Amino acid sequence: MGGYGDVKLLRDDGKRLDGRAIDEMRPVTIEAGVLPAADGSAMVTHGLNVAVAAVYGPMEAHPRKIQRQDRAVIDVRYNMAPFSTGDRIRPGFNRRSREISKVTAESLESVVLVERYPRSKIRVEIEILAAEAGTRCAGITAASVALADAGIPMRDMIVGVASGKIEDTVVLDLDKAEDNYGQADLPVGILPNTGEIAFLQMDGDLSIEEYNLAMEYNHKAAKEIHEIMVDALKRRYEGGEN
Amino acid sequence: MSKGQVGAELRLVTPGMVVGPSSGKRAGSGMIAENNEFIATRVGWLNEQNNVVSVQPINSAYMPRSGDLIIGFVAEVRNNLWFFDVNGPFQALLPMSLAPWKVEFGAARQHLGIGDAALARIQEVDETHNMVLTMKGVGLRRLNEGAVVSIPVNLIDTLRGDNNSTLSRIRDATDCRIIVGDNGRVWIHGDTEAMHVARQLILTLNQEGHKNTFQGAVEALENERGEH
Repeated sequence: MGGYGDVKLLRDDGKRLDGRAIDEMRPVTIEAGVLPAADGSAMVTHGLNVAVAAVYGPMEAHPRKIQRQDRAVIDVRYNMAPFSTGDRIRPGFNRRSREISKVTAESLESVVLVERYPRSKIRVEIEILAAEAGTRCAGITAASVALADAGIPMRDMIVGVASGKIEDTVVLDLDKAEDNYGQADLPVGILPNTGEIAFLQMDGDLSIEEYNLAMEYNHKAAKEIHEIMVDALKRRYEGGEN
Repeated sequence: MSKGQVGAELRLVTPGMVVGPSSGKRAGSGMIAENNEFIATRVGWLNEQNNVVSVQPINSAYMPRSGDLIIGFVAEVRNNLWFFDVNGPFQALLPMSLAPWKVEFGAARQHLGIGDAALARIQEVDETHNMVLTMKGVGLRRLNEGAVVSIPVNLIDTLRGDNNSTLSRIRDATDCRIIVGDNGRVWIHGDTEAMHVARQLILTLNQEGHKNTFQGAVEALENERGEH
């Protein structure tokens, strides 16, 4: 981030390279229940990102040393498919995927009522099929919908959104060029009901004013994405109750 | 954010949805009270009965309770006990003393091996999910034949119907013996073709159980079988 100061990311008309306004999000679609074998699942497309999340459990936690006597543990595995980017990604865990798995697990633990399932494990698998900046946000949104689809009790769902800074301008939802050549990136996990923050990371520098503006954009986008999440769950179960 | 309302009509709620003020009412399952408001914690249908507001979940994991009739698969065998996979968050333990056979120490495998299915009852569950099974009781036995099909736990009542009425109709229509375990496993036994029909019907329930189409599927089956 930074270091490529001469890359032009804003057009003369004030719009971004892909024609979006500075506070405009890429199109988001969500579908719940895409994987029949999982207890709950969801697919999120966010711009060109495609994230699929599957939830299994609650199940017995193995190895036994990871069990907690008073609550469930959430085991998240975030993985990018080898074909998800232009350059082939070597399959398997790497430093980045471990980090994202960890922050995702910790943020999900803050909303899932883990104390209802002592000593057990809830497994969340997030697979990124196509990547175009913002995969951790798409992954966390997919994981939230998949957990709800699996019937796991939660205080709220988490929405993953990001804002950033390009050419000294705060913009919502960075795409690949903006992520690579921009000045800052601020991915956040927001609880749309209360506005609480479940996770927050920052890459690059933002002033306090820029940070506040970025968070304002993030909260606005979180509300929009949350409506799409609720709609996805409703669509899955439309047709009336028993 | 869309806000659900506590009212007579059933409506779909999602986790985090504010359902209404909590004054004078109690939070039932799938519901928490925070800042004098009820918040749904699961996807399901909103329900209010006797001043208790709850969510009837569309999808939920099996939570074992003592007294449940379950269909389990043997996951592990020790010298004097068996561990069963009961479709729950934990394996259940069947000690030699609660098995229906006289078992010598070290001979547990001769009665039930890994992968065998059995009909058992949950004797007790403690707060950390330790479960003890018993196979001493009327009808509790090893399931040597037939097939076991899984259904979501929240659809068990739909499959059974009031006083097992729907289940009896399916039994009559398919000419199968069917036992529905409280853990979402269904044992079917009959001739091959009848078992196939029963399985197909249960798969329909799996796929469309949250809709009101299951009764129609049972009726269609009854009509079709009646013509033959």
